[in-house]
Amino acid sequence: MSRVVDHVVRVRSKNAGPFRLTIDLFCTGERAYETVATSLSTARVAAAFGLDETRVDRFELPALAVLKFSLPRPVVQGAADDRDMHGAQWAVLVETLPLDDA
Amino acid sequence: MSAGTDVGLDVGTGVGTGVGTGVGTGGGSGARAGETAVRGAAARNGSGARPFTRVLVPSGVLGLGFGEDALERALALDPDIIAIDGGSTDSGPHFLGTGTSKYADAVVRGEWRTLMIARARLGVPLVIGSAGTCGTDSQVGRLLELTRELAAELGQTLVVATLESSQSRATLAKALAAGDVTPLPGAAPLELATLEACTNIVALAGAEQIDAALATDADIVIAGRTTDTALIAARPLADGRHAGAAWHAAKITECGALCSDRPTSGVVVVDIDDRGFTVRPTAPDARCTPRTVAAHMLYENADPFVLHEPGGRLDVRDAQYAAVAANGARADPSDGTDDDASAGARRSGTEGADGGGGSGAVRVVGSRWIADERYTVKLEGARPDGFETTLLVLLRDARYVRHAHEWMKRVRTRLADTVAARLGIATDAWSVELRGIGLDATLGDLETATSGPHEIGVLCLIRAGSAALADEIARLADPLLLHCPLTDDEPLPTFAFPYSPVATPRGLRHVFCLEHVLTLAAPMDAFRLAVHEIGT
Repeated sequence: MSRVVDHVVRVRSKNAGPFRLTIDLFCTGERAYETVATSLSTARVAAAFGLDETRVDRFELPALAVLKFSLPRPVVQGAADDRDMHGAQWAVLVETLPLDDA
Repeated sequence: MSAGTDVGLDVGTGVGTGVGTGVGTGGGSGARAGETAVRGAAARNGSGARPFTRVLVPSGVLGLGFGEDALERALALDPDIIAIDGGSTDSGPHFLGTGTSKYADAVVRGEWRTLMIARARLGVPLVIGSAGTCGTDSQVGRLLELTRELAAELGQTLVVATLESSQSRATLAKALAAGDVTPLPGAAPLELATLEACTNIVALAGAEQIDAALATDADIVIAGRTTDTALIAARPLADGRHAGAAWHAAKITECGALCSDRPTSGVVVVDIDDRGFTVRPTAPDARCTPRTVAAHMLYENADPFVLHEPGGRLDVRDAQYAAVAANGARADPSDGTDDDASAGARRSGTEGADGGGGSGAVRVVGSRWIADERYTVKLEGARPDGFETTLLVLLRDARYVRHAHEWMKRVRTRLADTVAARLGIATDAWSVELRGIGLDATLGDLETATSGPHEIGVLCLIRAGSAALADEIARLADPLLLHCPLTDDEPLPTFAFPYSPVATPRGLRHVFCLEHVLTLAAPMDAFRLAVHEIGT
């Protein structure tokens, strides 16, 4: 079983406004994209953020070898309990997810 | 945009299939490879002289920097307008809450001066949106004053149009009562109390308001909060160019060269015509590829295919991206035909989006603009959220590092007891949070890593309704953070304070609290336009 990090050039997490977070998985190529797209479920990504699957939007962009997820920001940007103003470090949670590609 | 140092698009390992295949440059000669800039009177007389509108975007935001060389090369292309963003919410609610700017005055002054000189040289408009990070009226005023100072210094005579985006709570309360303030998807209906708590509220202007400002024939437009895209899209839209292309071009270039393989090089030039657009970076070593351009639709965008703007939405599902052929055209005129250029575009796109030999420009067609029935503008607001004082202590002792969570819990409990005993205030009048830097300070409860560090920084955040109370509680926390033992029967430990005093007052906190749109009968209803003659 591999992990997301084994198939990507980079996972990027960014604020999409103060209330949403968007995570882009830049895969290393077509095959890597196929592997990630078929073996990383939206539910698994949602679970990493403690969210229900229905709250996470999934976008597949095979032409760019990019898989994208958008979700409610775990904490509203800049609220007292926000720990990451620019939302960039949440990418780590997706990078380390296991894939069902055994 | 936010941090221009992001290099997320600098990827490109074995990718590019499907991007840009089968796209021709079509009839838009503006997109032609190796096109020679139209210089002189024709360009000066307005973009009507060319079959496209050429927009120069110096960088993603004023204050972030751009290469002077890249700017010079862009100016040599005779753009019809220079457009630059001045702000974002990405740095947090403090700036809107306080109506202040993030970037250093000296940097803003230096860059604005460079752009004012460039504008004067070409005799084209210079437009900035979201002035001073947050785009409040106060920041529009500050930039106007800076413009006056620089105009005097440079001996420039100018007409400056200001567009103000700040919103009064009273006016919005009426709009709310009338049902004209509605939540964005996923947000709750706005409560009057939330509205009234905001210190600053801005509405994001769109292309219509920027166009109104440009229509005054101003040399410089200083706009308050504006969508990043509107200030780039406004001029090509006014020139009657393809609306989908204008908005798509604007989204791609809103962060300057972030859509290229040299994200920090700043400057891009984009030509919008009646069918599509062509974008190129102007730093000598920078290139746009179909991949870097297409990938920018992802950037800080929740939906990579649809972008909502005042008055409608951009849909790029059917957009096609192709590399423009290398610039052999100018050496050999026979290469300079549309057919050759479009064949080159097809070839480059098919052979690999990141392949070498192209011009560094990318042609995009197939973007669509879908107008809304209602005209809405997005609102941003920030309200105060109490005062904060922070303390930082370092644990290096191995036993305390190993039991850091337990230690932090003990400190919290003792502090609560001390506050109750000494201050006698209600538990909801203050709060304390301890974050173990080295443990889970970044991700909190979502952290999955379990390996332990050899030292831990403990960041202690104290919040209260006044700065004085937050400071007083911090003074109660100080000895606990310095000496709190894990057990009652051990010698008193002493931890590392990195400086003295260890408490740092952070002042008033703010929080974003609006996730709503305002419906307008006419685009200018919520905005104010003024014209200022400077240096006369």
